[in-house]
Amino acid sequence: MTNKELERQGSLKIVDTAKIMKYGALFVASARLRTLSKWMISVIAASFANPLFYLLSIGVGIGSFVNAHSTNHTIDGVPYLTFLAPALLAMVAIQDGLSEVTLPTLQGFLWEKNFFAMNATPITGKQIALGTFLAAVTRTFFSVLVYFIVIVAFGAVDSGRSWIAIITAMFASSAFAALMMGITAWAKNSDLLLTFVGRFIVMPLFLFSGTFYPLSSMPIFLQWLGWISPLWHSIELGRYFTYGHHLSGTALALHFGYLLAMLVFGLLFSFNEFEKRLSK
Amino acid sequence: MNSPAPILIRATGLTKKYEDFVAVNGIDFSVAKGDSFGFLGPNGAGKSTTMRIIAATLNRSSGSIEILGKDPELHGPQIRAHLGVVPQQDNLDQALTVTENLYVYGRYFGLPKKFIRAKIEELLEFAALEEKRDVKVEALSGGMKRRLTIARALISEPEILMLDEPTTGLDPQARHILWDRLFRLKEQGVTLLITTHYMDEAEQLCDRLIVMDKGSIMAEDSPSGLIKTYSTKEVLEVRFGSDKNALVAGELEALCERIEVLPDRILMYGEDGEHLLHTMKESGLQPLTSLVRRSSLEDVFLRLTGRSLIE
Ligand SMILES: Nc1ncnc2c1ncn2[C@@H]1O[C@H](COP(=O)(O)OP(=O)(O)O)[C@@H](O)[C@H]1O
Ligand SMILES: [Mg+2]
Repeated sequence: MTNKELERQGSLKIVDTAKIMKYGALFVASARLRTLSKWMISVIAASFANPLFYLLSIGVGIGSFVNAHSTNHTIDGVPYLTFLAPALLAMVAIQDGLSEVTLPTLQGFLWEKNFFAMNATPITGKQIALGTFLAAVTRTFFSVLVYFIVIVAFGAVDSGRSWIAIITAMFASSAFAALMMGITAWAKNSDLLLTFVGRFIVMPLFLFSGTFYPLSSMPIFLQWLGWISPLWHSIELGRYFTYGHHLSGTALALHFGYLLAMLVFGLLFSFNEFEKRLSK
Repeated sequence: MNSPAPILIRATGLTKKYEDFVAVNGIDFSVAKGDSFGFLGPNGAGKSTTMRIIAATLNRSSGSIEILGKDPELHGPQIRAHLGVVPQQDNLDQALTVTENLYVYGRYFGLPKKFIRAKIEELLEFAALEEKRDVKVEALSGGMKRRLTIARALISEPEILMLDEPTTGLDPQARHILWDRLFRLKEQGVTLLITTHYMDEAEQLCDRLIVMDKGSIMAEDSPSGLIKTYSTKEVLEVRFGSDKNALVAGELEALCERIEVLPDRILMYGEDGEHLLHTMKESGLQPLTSLVRRSSLEDVFLRLTGRSLIE
């Protein structure tokens, strides 16, 4: 039988492989978003509750303490809430992005093995990775948007170009998510990985990235933790856009460059790990 | 019209190693269009490994394989477009409903939404799941999940339907419903690839079988051909009590073509079981129990490997 005849048989009358090659990742993403939409109410509730609690407890609470004890009632030249808001925005982006890639990846490879079901169709490992990533970015964007609205409502931004902080937060979130998705696919032991990520990656990120006070007020031997942290780079950019925190042109380029490198490397690494794990 | 059916799958010297362990050891087989082809073998024989290589989701270590004339390592997506795969372990989307599972899977094949919606109705009927259409998968019974997994594999009207142990873990009634559905597909001319360690399943569903053990092919033929070649028409099963079975074995051996001494009983192979029982009793041997039955694939496997299929 010639290839021509085979092409025209049975399933290939209706299955359009070229279309799948082109849009496969979008099919994967939309399936993931469909699953997420089952928890729409709690997703929305969490998106609002999270920034409200943070801003009230830390922003307003610690803010009044800081204002009372600093000489001119400011930090980095602005009220504490204004200083904190872009950092919280970047943090929620990174945290949401992280959980939105790790959970479906663990589910797909280990718990429900639905990645193997997808891979039994013409969908490739690379498309599964990209689709999972795109769904995570979409879902995270929603949280970040809500967060931004709450920050504005609190009067914690004071520049017309503040909205660009949404993009920088999403940028860092995507870069970190891409990398962590690859690491999750690569890791054999999922429970250990989750504990490790929580204790040794997320916590230090949270604490050593200049979130609550400027990184420069840390001893220099701890500052390197900030330099490798996508959160710090994102916070610097966020502060630049929300209240005009000073950054030189070189600094701007370095922050963007670092995140871009992480994004590109993270995606390529994920594609590779997904392909490898699916064909084992 | 009468030209032989085209070969859809052809494997030569197919080998898969996991590290140093050889799971599939240089096997050759070919499957023609419209075949209902079975892999019969105990756990660990290498059936699932072989299925995953055919499904273009697992890379082989050596040897060659062509599916629909293509190499799976070079044309995975193009090959998978023709296949419907039912894995050994159900991997449905637990959080989605029955229809959503079918819908999402259809989209992975790039099928038009309208086509999928119509196809879902047909498949719900086929799988007898109409009443469960909006139920989440996690609430389905094992048999229903299995039928849904098969329905899902059929959404793209595949050339080849691959089923890895389709009825393992199901109760007898659920198995029979499933067999009925698979039989219908066979009648429609769908090429079926089935692995099983149940000899009755292999006998029911497969036109051609390979018997696998420890990664190698022990024999290949139709179920009846295998029985003809490797066994006799009938089997007489006798029990003398576990301590005596071995003692009388020598005497029994002289009476029939071949015997197998199992821990709890002795199998005597011959063309006429009743006659065998009669002569045995005449020679003064009185078993505690006796049973005459037709030879089955279980006997074939026992003959080929000295072991039984299900440990
Ligand atoms: N991913 C794997 N890594 C290592 N060994 C494996 C892997 N998958 C299967 N095996 C081993 O290969 C052999 C054949 O497995 P499998 O193909 O699943 O057999 P079957 O489906 O006939 O039960 C078994 O001994 C099994 O333990
Ligand atoms: Mg198996």
